[in-house]
Amino acid sequence: MSMNGKLSGSNCRLSANFRLKKAKETMHGPNSFRKWKRNLLFLWLLGFVSTGIIWFLLSFNSVALGSNKKTADSCEEKARILLQHFNVSKNQFLALASFFYESDQIAFLGCGKHSGLEKPWSDDVTCALKVLCPEKQDSRMQQVQIVKTMELKDQCPVQVENIHSEHDLSLLDHHTYVPQKSVSSISWEHHSGGKNILQGSAFGGQPKDNFKNLSFCMGKGCWLLLVGVILSCKIPGFCLKLRWKQKNEPAPLQPATQQLQLLLQQKQQQQQDQSPPKGAGKWRKKLLTVFVLLGILTSIWLFWHLNQKIILRREHTLANMCDERARMLQDQFNVSMNHVHALAILVSTFHHGKHPSAIDQKTFGEYTERTAFERPLTSGVAYALKVLHSEREQFEKQHGWTIKKMETEDQTLVQDCRTENLDPAPIKDEYAPVIFSQETVSHIVSIDMMSGQQDLENILRARATGKGVLTSPFKLLKSNHLGVVLTFAVYNKDLPPDATPEQRTEATVGFNCRYLGASYDVPSLVEKLLHQLASKQTIVVNVYDTTNASAPISMYGADIADTGLLHVSSLDFGDPLRKHEMHCRFKQKPPLPWMAINASVGVLVITLLVGHIFHAAICRIAKVENDCREMMELKARAEAADVAKSQFLATVSHEIRTPMNGVLGMLKMLMDTDLDAIQRDYAETAHASGKDLISLINEVLDQAKIESGRLELEDVPFDLRNLLDSILSLSSDKSNDKGIESAVYVSDRVPEVVVGDPVRFRQIITNLVGNSIKDKGHIFVSVHLVDEMKGTSDVGDKVLQQGLNLVQDMSSKTYNTLSGFPVVDRWRSWENFKLLNGKDAKDDPEKIRLLVTVEDTGVGIRLDAQDQIFTPFVQADSSTSRHYGGTGIGLSISKHLVELMHGEIGFVSEPGVGSTFSFTGAFGKGEVSSLDSKWKQYDPVVSEFQGLGALIIDNRSIRAEVTKYHLRRLGISVDITSSLESACTYVSSIFTTSAFAQLAMILIDKDVWNQETVLQLRSLLEQHRQNCKRNVSTNLPKIFLLGTSMSPVERSKLKTSGFVDNVLMKPLRLSVLIACFQEALGNGTKGKVRRKKISTLGSLLREKRILVVDDNKVNRRVAEGALKKYGAIVTCVERGHDALNKLKPPHTFDACFMDLQMPEMDGFEATRQIRSAESEVNDKLASGEASIEMYGNVSHWHIPILAMTADVIQATYEKCLKCGMDDYVSKPFEEEQLYLAVAQFFESG
Amino acid sequence: MWHGIDMCSLVYSFAFVPCACEHQGIVDDQFTQLRKLEDENSPHFVMEVASLFFEDCEKLINNMAIALEQKQGVDFKQIDECIHQLKGSSSSIGAMRVKNACIAFRSFSDGQNREGCLRCLQQLSHEYSLLKNKLQTLFRLEKQIVAAGGSIPRVH
Repeated sequence: MSMNGKLSGSNCRLSANFRLKKAKETMHGPNSFRKWKRNLLFLWLLGFVSTGIIWFLLSFNSVALGSNKKTADSCEEKARILLQHFNVSKNQFLALASFFYESDQIAFLGCGKHSGLEKPWSDDVTCALKVLCPEKQDSRMQQVQIVKTMELKDQCPVQVENIHSEHDLSLLDHHTYVPQKSVSSISWEHHSGGKNILQGSAFGGQPKDNFKNLSFCMGKGCWLLLVGVILSCKIPGFCLKLRWKQKNEPAPLQPATQQLQLLLQQKQQQQQDQSPPKGAGKWRKKLLTVFVLLGILTSIWLFWHLNQKIILRREHTLANMCDERARMLQDQFNVSMNHVHALAILVSTFHHGKHPSAIDQKTFGEYTERTAFERPLTSGVAYALKVLHSEREQFEKQHGWTIKKMETEDQTLVQDCRTENLDPAPIKDEYAPVIFSQETVSHIVSIDMMSGQQDLENILRARATGKGVLTSPFKLLKSNHLGVVLTFAVYNKDLPPDATPEQRTEATVGFNCRYLGASYDVPSLVEKLLHQLASKQTIVVNVYDTTNASAPISMYGADIADTGLLHVSSLDFGDPLRKHEMHCRFKQKPPLPWMAINASVGVLVITLLVGHIFHAAICRIAKVENDCREMMELKARAEAADVAKSQFLATVSHEIRTPMNGVLGMLKMLMDTDLDAIQRDYAETAHASGKDLISLINEVLDQAKIESGRLELEDVPFDLRNLLDSILSLSSDKSNDKGIESAVYVSDRVPEVVVGDPVRFRQIITNLVGNSIKDKGHIFVSVHLVDEMKGTSDVGDKVLQQGLNLVQDMSSKTYNTLSGFPVVDRWRSWENFKLLNGKDAKDDPEKIRLLVTVEDTGVGIRLDAQDQIFTPFVQADSSTSRHYGGTGIGLSISKHLVELMHGEIGFVSEPGVGSTFSFTGAFGKGEVSSLDSKWKQYDPVVSEFQGLGALIIDNRSIRAEVTKYHLRRLGISVDITSSLESACTYVSSIFTTSAFAQLAMILIDKDVWNQETVLQLRSLLEQHRQNCKRNVSTNLPKIFLLGTSMSPVERSKLKTSGFVDNVLMKPLRLSVLIACFQEALGNGTKGKVRRKKISTLGSLLREKRILVVDDNKVNRRVAEGALKKYGAIVTCVERGHDALNKLKPPHTFDACFMDLQMPEMDGFEATRQIRSAESEVNDKLASGEASIEMYGNVSHWHIPILAMTADVIQATYEKCLKCGMDDYVSKPFEEEQLYLAVAQFFESG
Repeated sequence: MWHGIDMCSLVYSFAFVPCACEHQGIVDDQFTQLRKLEDENSPHFVMEVASLFFEDCEKLINNMAIALEQKQGVDFKQIDECIHQLKGSSSSIGAMRVKNACIAFRSFSDGQNREGCLRCLQQLSHEYSLLKNKLQTLFRLEKQIVAAGGSIPRVH
């Protein structure tokens, strides 16, 4: 069953393949149920196929076994036949031996000579006899030899005993060569028998080989089938993959933000692509049909082929068996006939050769009786004499009876005939009365054989041919069986073997002629014969006499219904005139050819199953392809829709913004007019709403930009602290009204200048802060380095520490927070950040990571809404959104922006307590010098306060830290006390030290404000000043009050009452602090913030020679006017060709502004030609073909070409760059953009 | 005294007209930008550009009208070119409504819709005449101010 093993091996591969395919399938849409079903189907199929094959092979084997058995049977049969032949020979010898009892050597000679034909198996023995006889003249010895031979041949003890008594054993030695010879001959016989057997077995083996071949072929077929299955499973998958690839390949080239048109084009292209798969599917289906048809044909063919083989084999078997039987019958008959012949010769020799006759009826009867075993099929033997009519009387007298005639032609009536009752034969020319007969047929003695029609013919023919002649079958006397009569003519004189019939007849006429007749009982003959053979049950044998071809006479066998196969073997009974045939039939109808049916059905089933699998696979492939196509289409549509949406949003936003600007501007103008309070309020409300609307639109625009991936971050250095100040100052308007305290804290370790996108950074914080401004408490923005968070054990930063302590000590009644309200644990907001948790080994030393935390004490976010807080247009609470405003996309935008900054955003929120949002972001480290001028506005002032000291009196340490942070930015050293009392002690303790001299200001928080104590502090200070008069010039420390929400009236009251020098409003801002301190300390400098004028377009473009190319003269004029205003020297041309001429090196232009859409030669083409002309010149210069002087001392020509275009879309921009343009400006010119565009070319130069 | 009042109203009107124009959407910010370009070196820049524009515009509108009246097939390509020109110049000068009319026109000419084009042409001429009217008022006021010896208030 090695094949099975292979099969399972290949099945493994197959299943692996299936798995692969399935894996592919799951990509498109996992369907576990289908998978399971498929597995089951596959298993079932596998089981079925293997069972089928095992069964198939087994059936082959059983057939082979059967054939083996058959072979064995036939071998056995052969052996038996061989044995029989031996027996016949042996009998012959026995007969001879028994005869020698009564005869002598001389007679034997003739007899032996004649009987030679009887003993074909023992030629050598007779030869030996021939040699021996003349020498020894001792027939006894011969017998010993014969007996010995027999003994050697096949132990026949009975016979040996019979004859043994008269032996002289010593003689044996002299003639050892005889037995030797016979032994050798026997051994040869055995050998040839063995060969026969071998041949038989070889024949039996052949079909086995055939089966083997067949099964091998089948196995091969199965293999091929499986390989086919695997291949065809793979090929479609591969094709599919290929197609996918092809389809997908162009996709990555096109960013998601492609234009609608491009997408549509792509879609159309895809639609064009869609036809081939359909064709492939059809092709596959056709192939499948062909395959199934082929399979069916194969199975039919297989059935036919196998069936044919079976039939052939059956025929062959039948023929073999029939021939065998026919041969045996013939042999048996011939043996008998030979014996009868021999008997005839014997009789003629002893009856006629001797005078007086050595044989009389008694001797004949005895002899024939004793040798009857030799003629097992002969019912009787009789000897008739030819008597001429002239001799009749004498003859009758001599024998004492009259010649009688057969009573009737119909032999059946002669059932109990008596010789006496028969009439004497009528007078004829000659008679053939029976003189001797075997005992069994003694009743025919004296009957004239020539009186019966059959016998007469026989006798005449036998006389003519000199051979044994048969009658046609007739019912034998006495027995009811059909039989034939064999007649031999015995001549008086030896005739030459080639005597003509005339001579023979003459001989009989001329000489006395005798006849020996023997009747054969054919049915019993055949019966006996068949009995000897095995498998007689399987076939039916009929024997016919077909001398008369038109009316064959059945000699044996019943008429049996036709079972199809018929084999006819001719029988030769030695009579050339008589023809006999043996008809063989199988008893049973041929059984159904199960093997062929099994094989073909197996093939058919396999084919159908494979076909089914393929069909399913093809259907599936088609379905998947269809789905895939659908998906692609949907995807394209979705992308198109997305692009359309983005465009729509951008357009609509822009379109809304334009009129809104008008609305806002008008409102602003309106507010500047003289309005009463109510009108002003209305106008202001309208203005504020408009502004909200604008910001909403901006947010929507941002969202659209983010979604389309068009948003990119800048990298510019900026001052983080100033930025945060400005953010807080914007939101403070809102928050201060509600009494919300807002504060900013930036850790010392954060560098002053960072590189990033300040606009987007501000946007994130504004969003978070805007999200936070609710009812009460505070908003606290703090910035730290991510590194500071990494180790909680040694947190150096006080603000962070307090955050930690807060968690550790929640039992204290007042919270150590900015406003005293409880807050959530800020540490939890970033605990999920990968950056903090993961050991981020690849820290870029050039990059810093900032952690920004926005803490508020608002209502918090409902727990169930926390999951989708970053989803666009989802707000924590729909009611709050109405209450507090906001679009709900702020957080989503923030999240995207944070991701763009390679950071993470997280939050922790408890309803009723508040929320803390944290985010990280990667920024570059910036140098202070690299800072843009607009960030540097405070620089000169900061130095004024360097070295001063300050005392902060605040009961909340965290708030004190925030204040300290702001003061330290100004270079002021800070001390903190928690109450006014402790401040007093502190002040007294430092009176004598230099620290007091430095102490320039005391900042008191409103929470600890207490007029008495302040007065006390003041007096203390006053007292001290008086104490140390030497230091009159020293100013007393100024006292400032830090307040959150105070009305201007309140403030001025405090100021005028002299309690404090000034009131600082929170949130603290550097600019406010500076202004305040400057005023209070009166340092004399006006402190007017000097604003450095930014380098303008004017400085950039002055004296620059610019070429404007535009076909539209209005546009040309406007561009000219705009550029001239910045001091440029403008030349205008109308067409691309003119531009080409103008810009042919050498020229003196510094830049070129090129319209894109122009007749004849558009901007792209013009640029391309200009660039090619330039590169030509550059090549020439590089190769030294032309001197630099020829081209105005410029070694490399490249004029900046800027496209002027009304529609600035990405594709246009890319096309511009591709054509060699350097940048683009939108038309009409916008100052900012124009500046940015030209700056990159002129600023460096 | 009357002279002063007159001057005052002139200047006011002069300031109001562009404002009203912008408000009505006849012109946009670009026009303001244009006016900003006007200075001592080119005192009549806007007027110069505007007259170029009028000239150009009239020619183009004329061309389009002729093209559209052609019985044996309208040359939409020519119309398209004309519209493109017109759109470019109108956006340069900041003539918003003319520009918008051009955009609408273009969609019809792309669709080879003669009826639509004719309607749009009508609309375009209407917008154009409106703009021309307004601007000519402006320039007249400017001239009057100059004639009255006043200085034209510059936009900054």
